[in-house]
Amino acid sequence: MAFVRNSFRGNDGVRLAGRLLVLAVASVFLQTGFVSELPMFGVRINLAPLVVAFSGFLCGAVPGAVVGFGVGLLVDLTLGETLGLSSLILLFIGYGAGRLRELRDPEATLLPLAIGGAAAFTFLVGYAVVEFLLGVHAPVSGLELVRQIALGTILDAIAAAPTWAVLRAFLQPAVERSSRRRRAYTTGGLAPRLR
Amino acid sequence: MAGLVALSLILITAYFGERAGGPLHALQRGFLTVVAPIESGANTVLSPIRSAFRSIGHAFSSGDKVAKLEREVAKLRNELISYQEQEATYRELSGLERLDAKLSIANYRPVSASVIADSPTIWYETVVIDQGTSAGVQDNDPVIDGEGLVGKVALAFPDGALVMLLTDHEMAVSAKLAASGAHGILRPKVGTPNDLLLEFLPAETTVNAGEYVVTAGSLAEPGESLYPPGIPVGEVTSAAGSGEAVNVRPLANLRDLSRVQVLTAVNGSPPARLTNLVQRIAFARPQSTSLTSVIGEG
Repeated sequence: MAFVRNSFRGNDGVRLAGRLLVLAVASVFLQTGFVSELPMFGVRINLAPLVVAFSGFLCGAVPGAVVGFGVGLLVDLTLGETLGLSSLILLFIGYGAGRLRELRDPEATLLPLAIGGAAAFTFLVGYAVVEFLLGVHAPVSGLELVRQIALGTILDAIAAAPTWAVLRAFLQPAVERSSRRRRAYTTGGLAPRLR
Repeated sequence: MAGLVALSLILITAYFGERAGGPLHALQRGFLTVVAPIESGANTVLSPIRSAFRSIGHAFSSGDKVAKLEREVAKLRNELISYQEQEATYRELSGLERLDAKLSIANYRPVSASVIADSPTIWYETVVIDQGTSAGVQDNDPVIDGEGLVGKVALAFPDGALVMLLTDHEMAVSAKLAASGAHGILRPKVGTPNDLLLEFLPAETTVNAGEYVVTAGSLAEPGESLYPPGIPVGEVTSAAGSGEAVNVRPLANLRDLSRVQVLTAVNGSPPARLTNLVQRIAFARPQSTSLTSVIGEG
């Protein structure tokens, strides 16, 4: 829990946490009440992996994991699904996206599409694996499952571009303030009160 | 991180192991009670945008649909002529048994509801509607739309309910072929998430593609919802191969639901009394119990 506290330390950290909370709640309601009701080719766009992956990429591994857990819990509670299942998979997605930024810091125009596609693929495969492990008899054959995963990944990769634009516009100001403050401390800068 | 992973695993294990009335299910019910009005409001606000998106989608597929509907109209016209002859006989017989009065859908006090949330995964075929226990909706109540049976209420809370669709892996409906009257159990078909399989038909049953499947008004297993008899469920598409099972396409468009009706058999009504009676007998007997036979015994 100390990691979580450190990630959201100070007024800017609290502001960032507030924005992430608003984002998580809004994305779940948008998903369940709007996006899920518009199937395309028999598959639905899933915003949850995109929102979690981009939050992790912009804010860091630990905030990403926390957002993943929270969004997953909200999804499971809202739709009456197995509690903890979406949380488990999404927290890995959020953490993974955060670590990618921390270790490699990749930069490319099509990066959001790649991250979105990878997040959706991880979520769909992870969900299927856990459901099989739990012994849930889903009405899908291997071929249908592959089709669902492939189409779901493509649709989410397409939806990643607008989702990235919205998330970056919403989170970037708070992220920059929060990281400036942290960098000042860690690189030997003066504490805000002394500057 | 490790703490969150552990917490997720604990939640999954506890949720999977507990009964429907357990603390985590109660938490879920409580949460749904709180968010249902918010979802309902959001649904209302977003409905014009959703309608616009749907119109675009429908415009692309309308050409095929028109041709298909024209074929269906021609087929139904022929069927109507033969059924009109049978109708008079049926009315006479059902009037004698007073079945039409006791079991008509109007007697189940249908409650209209809007779909306010939908699952994005194929693993859970569930939707959330905006009518709940405050409107008389209870767990296991049948849910229909203009086309036919949609599913049943899995979890009811004050201002909404979670509806399990026909294609959910936990669903089983006692159904029969409308023409021959052969009974079977309708389950989701493994491999094609939007199709159903009518199983356990008598070996000698002859089934033709295009034949309609309706609810049987009997119980497939204890604790199941007692669907009123005669609700259209699906259309036979082909024999499944074994001879005792056929593929069925649901009549209701389960991927695009917006308005549904919940058949709430209020306590004391004839349907509710019959449901209780059949549930009691079903627990006592291992085999399925026909509704008409129960009425006969009563």
